[in-house]
Amino acid sequence: MQELINRAKELLADGTVARVLGWKAGDLPYNPEPAYFETEESLKDFVYNGFCGANLSKYMIEASKLEGKTLVCLKPCDTYSFNQLIKEHRVDREKAYIIGVGCKGKLDIEKIRKQGIKGIESISGAEITDEAETLTIQTIYGEKTCAYKDAMLERCHVCKGKEHKIYDELMGESKETKDADRFAEVEKIEAMSPEEKFAFFQNELSKCIRCNACRNVCPACSCRKCVFDSNKFDSAQKANVDSFEEKMFHIIRAFHVAGRCTDCGECSRVCPQGIPLHLFNRKFIKDIDTFYGEYQAGEDTTSKGPLTNFTFEDVEPSIVAERG
Amino acid sequence: MSIETNEEFRPKIVAFCCNWCSYAGADLAGSSRLSYPADVKIIRVPCSCRVNPMFILRAFEKGADGVIMCGCHPGDCHYSTGNYYARRRMTLLFSMLDYIGVENGRTRVEWVSAAEGVKFSQTMNEFVEKIHSLGKNVRLEDLRCRS
Repeated sequence: MQELINRAKELLADGTVARVLGWKAGDLPYNPEPAYFETEESLKDFVYNGFCGANLSKYMIEASKLEGKTLVCLKPCDTYSFNQLIKEHRVDREKAYIIGVGCKGKLDIEKIRKQGIKGIESISGAEITDEAETLTIQTIYGEKTCAYKDAMLERCHVCKGKEHKIYDELMGESKETKDADRFAEVEKIEAMSPEEKFAFFQNELSKCIRCNACRNVCPACSCRKCVFDSNKFDSAQKANVDSFEEKMFHIIRAFHVAGRCTDCGECSRVCPQGIPLHLFNRKFIKDIDTFYGEYQAGEDTTSKGPLTNFTFEDVEPSIVAERG
Repeated sequence: MSIETNEEFRPKIVAFCCNWCSYAGADLAGSSRLSYPADVKIIRVPCSCRVNPMFILRAFEKGADGVIMCGCHPGDCHYSTGNYYARRRMTLLFSMLDYIGVENGRTRVEWVSAAEGVKFSQTMNEFVEKIHSLGKNVRLEDLRCRS
């Protein structure tokens, strides 16, 4: 981390970049937040640790409109989102100085809490330089430990790989974290009966409080005017909402990012209700892969997206009923 | 709780028909005196590609029991390629509806050309029958929209 701060200071000092986009410590030991740093002094608040899960690509849309270059720290999975935004002409590559930062898997505070660890005062072992396999957590009830792997975000267990797809320079080491099949959960749901599927999603989606966090954090959801902000659509407030509109909101949101979603998993990470929203996006990714050939959004900046493309031999929609 | 009625179930079916082929196909079915159930409400769209997935969900929300989309045969689109895009979209949407537990068969895509009045009436008869067997759409309905 110190190496990263020093490099950022250098680049700020020689005028290569006008500001640094990174993370600063939050009010709790486990919630660093995205932040701009415009002076060398302010960089003292800069942090990069296991809790810096936030994808900074989306912030580059606004940063591209500012004067001068912005130094942005991107993790390997964030570079996919950045590529996708370049493809959609939402960010300006010339306005970004990308430092590809290493990643050893990011942590999920909810997973730590689920293990009965409450009243957290400080956490050690989450530093990027730490080689520790376990987290040592000081709580108001005494010291607790937790395996790093057990506290990792779901998305890190199905990591796309630790290769940065786009960068100006690389810094820090990465560690492979993939240990699960990303379509396993989707397949499990697909095997259920319609009644079970419906009950499952009813149960999950009825938790939705329509805070729009999933939409606001999603790098693919970058429309200037969103269909869900329409006042003709009664979904602006939870009170108005019938159970169906939650489903509609999530189906439509997943559909709007279908073929553009890089599966960065931010939607599930930020959901305050813990709804596994990635299940929708992965279903679309899985379908696109089976019907139209393997496609990874954000892998490059030139390929055509699956929904803005077609072949004469595409499957007919009736395949959904036929495959049972 | 529902009040027992002896009224026969009359499904509400929404058919999105493209202006150039399917709508003309429906017209031909009419002028050829071929019958299709009055439960089918046709909405004319400029091209099957105009059908936003949200239209389909909206129709279900407002109480439709089945939604069918008709367009020109692939290759015959008035705008050359519109229905190819629509085909991809609908495949993904139908797959998603299946995934969240909506019965298969409530949605359908059929390519009907302007000369296929017979096919149009056949398709609609079949589809209405299918919806009859599936019954009322309760999974995607918005209670506030119930009349």
